[in-house]
Amino acid sequence: MTEDSAQKNVLILGIGNLLWADEGFGVRAVEELHRRYEFDDTVKLMDGGTQGIYLVQHVRDSDVLVVFDAVDYGLAPGTLKLVEGAEVPRFLGAKKVSLHQTGFQEVLAMAEMFDEAPEHLYLIGVQPEELEDYGGSLRDVVKQQIDPSIEAALSYLEKLGITARKRPVPLSEQHTLGCQVMQIERYENERPAEEAACRVGDERLIVDERWKAPENFDRELEAVLAETPDGRIFGVKV
Amino acid sequence: MSTVTTPNGFSLDTSGQRVVIDPVTRIEGHMRCEVNIDSDNIIRNAVSTGTMWRGLEVILKGRDPRDAWAFTQRICGVCTGTHALTSVRAVEDALKIEIPDNANSIRNIMQLSLQIHDHLVHFYHLHALDWVNPVNALKADPKATSELQMKVSPSHAKSSPGYFRDVQTRIRKFVESGQLGPFKNGYWTNPAYLLPPEADLMAVTHYLEALDFQKEIMTVRTIFGGKDTHPNWLVGGVPCAINMDGAGAPINMERLNYVRSICERTKKFIKDVYIPDLIAIGGFYKHWLYGGGISNQSVLSYGDIPDRANDYSPANLMMPRGAIINGKLEEVHEVDLRDPNEIQEFVPHSWYSYPDEAKGLHPWDGLTEPNFELGANFKGTKTNIKELDESAKYSWIKAPRWKGHAMEVGPLARYIIGYSQGHEVITEQVNGLLKTLDVPVDALFSTLGRTAARALESEWCADMQLYFLDKLINNIKNGDTATANTQSFDPSTWPSEVKGVGFTEAPRGALGHWIRIKDTKIENYQCIVPTTWNGSPRDNQGNIGAFEAALLNTKVERAEEPVEILRNLHSFDPCLACSTHVMSEDGDELAVVKVR
Repeated sequence: MTEDSAQKNVLILGIGNLLWADEGFGVRAVEELHRRYEFDDTVKLMDGGTQGIYLVQHVRDSDVLVVFDAVDYGLAPGTLKLVEGAEVPRFLGAKKVSLHQTGFQEVLAMAEMFDEAPEHLYLIGVQPEELEDYGGSLRDVVKQQIDPSIEAALSYLEKLGITARKRPVPLSEQHTLGCQVMQIERYENERPAEEAACRVGDERLIVDERWKAPENFDRELEAVLAETPDGRIFGVKV
Repeated sequence: MSTVTTPNGFSLDTSGQRVVIDPVTRIEGHMRCEVNIDSDNIIRNAVSTGTMWRGLEVILKGRDPRDAWAFTQRICGVCTGTHALTSVRAVEDALKIEIPDNANSIRNIMQLSLQIHDHLVHFYHLHALDWVNPVNALKADPKATSELQMKVSPSHAKSSPGYFRDVQTRIRKFVESGQLGPFKNGYWTNPAYLLPPEADLMAVTHYLEALDFQKEIMTVRTIFGGKDTHPNWLVGGVPCAINMDGAGAPINMERLNYVRSICERTKKFIKDVYIPDLIAIGGFYKHWLYGGGISNQSVLSYGDIPDRANDYSPANLMMPRGAIINGKLEEVHEVDLRDPNEIQEFVPHSWYSYPDEAKGLHPWDGLTEPNFELGANFKGTKTNIKELDESAKYSWIKAPRWKGHAMEVGPLARYIIGYSQGHEVITEQVNGLLKTLDVPVDALFSTLGRTAARALESEWCADMQLYFLDKLINNIKNGDTATANTQSFDPSTWPSEVKGVGFTEAPRGALGHWIRIKDTKIENYQCIVPTTWNGSPRDNQGNIGAFEAALLNTKVERAEEPVEILRNLHSFDPCLACSTHVMSEDGDELAVVKVR
């Protein structure tokens, strides 16, 4: 570890709504990371849920921000997409899976107003398979990306000289980062049957074209980045 | 063409131009609003619609009642704690569980902290930009701004010309970067903005100061709830142990002293910044008294903040409780959440089915069966609605009524009830503000009144936090360290069928959870949230709800930039965070706005 990296404050944040199936990916991934690894005190792991403004302070306090989230890239379900630096805030606003992303883009902008946006940004996104399953959990293809997403986070941090220590035994659910009630096995096993509890949302939103994925994600993202003035976004060079 | 008068006394005229504001969101509930504007740009008909069905009620069926709080606090990104508290109270009511005094004090401190936090963030970060123009702030003279600051709040330290110059430079840099961030999608050339540049700069500066300060308020809930950003809750008490000498205990003297220092700084921030800003900004807008809606005829509060634990009678609730109807402000009625004839939900204009839709249902007997069908006169397609038909079903929000009346809930409702009851602090605060602004008491019944009530309530909450902190510390000093009663935590001790109700006054108004437990599992769970009351569609009698009423007769400067509509809606602090599309009648997108 370099002298410099020892000073860096790191925030590893999972965002999304646990109640909307694959929307819960970010929170589940950071919970799992916490169960398996421990870090120095300068590294904070957090279940950000769908909180907006309440997260500003944590973002301002961090030099390195790693965000786990479900993001619609128009890719095959379960595809992992890694986005770095200036692409992150713009991307969060480009195609929304849910409103918390607008909220989070604003959180980054607010940190920037204080001139305290994180120096390093990393978004670990997964393409959701299913969102319209209220009360449901992660689909298998998305759940299978938890391990690779943790690997991605660790190797990104490694490059910045921030190391994680694997716990000899993963923490039990009693010590989960989230709350025990929402712990994934309980959440899944105690779910009432479909006949007892309807699982769909508003049909207008399910079929609404406003929620369609981009046809060509990379092209759209490039178009967004091309608009960037002076090659910097939130103080980060593109 | 067609003018009707509703039973609650409003004239609706659908002949003018229809303007549609349609947010699209998933998290905090969706809302769409349609209005008809006449040739003088005055709103003559208003339709408020919840456009998303969340169905929390159904996903809780069959779950463990002790877990319900954790689900309810995930409904939404802003009212987490108040839903959790309401939920544990409902379960405790059903199972006749009494909580220890310390748990009552701690819950009250957390709830008061949430109130203040929510009010502050609402005023500065969600509502201020309806009144304050950050682009205009760039024209301000920092020296004149400094003079203004010292005039409105002599005790606030951050007031030098250099300080305001620095902030102005920062805002300029931010705006000129082309990324307005939270300031984008504003109508910054609209004549509806009335502040001089110096007042705009002062307010934008406090936008940043409040953003910086709000983190401290959150800390109170983190200490007692054990976790940021979703605190833990517990049926039977609070999940934090007290050990005054223990360095490692969640609650010890050091932490309580820290909580006290935050509470004191919070009180000072409200006194030195929030209240003076309300008065300064309010002074420029005091003739803009639109948006009263039904606040001068029917308001409702369940009350909250029990002084002694386990006593939810009106005399023991420090936040006022009661109902006012028919504009008779001198008569405050008692409210019974259990009486099947008082609170009922109607669905003739909501996308749900009841066996008999002429009747309302009490939440214990509530049904949540979705039935999405559009009226014959709607325009567009089922998946791309251009215009709703409000004579038929048109909202995912049910229409709750108290004894048949549409009611406004929230800080203004609480303050009107407290004022009518002669609540000492409230009366003094309200009279003081009216005198300072030199406006009559009728000015209360307005959008501005709603915004003012929120600020005054924050001031009251800050004092109450300290009251309960003292109470907690005294109780601990007397040897009582209990924080939870787990006697009835084992489901094998529960009766086979029970029901209960829990209530709080959430920052945005009366919140109730009604639960039925059968064989240790949730059989039925119904929530009536504040935005259901305020944003309700019409009922079986044709009465309009608080949002719709507040929009009526408001003059809009520019139909395509309806900042006045946002002002009125935002003043309720509706529980939704949305990016909104404003459509013209033919569906062309005119503008994108934010509604929060």
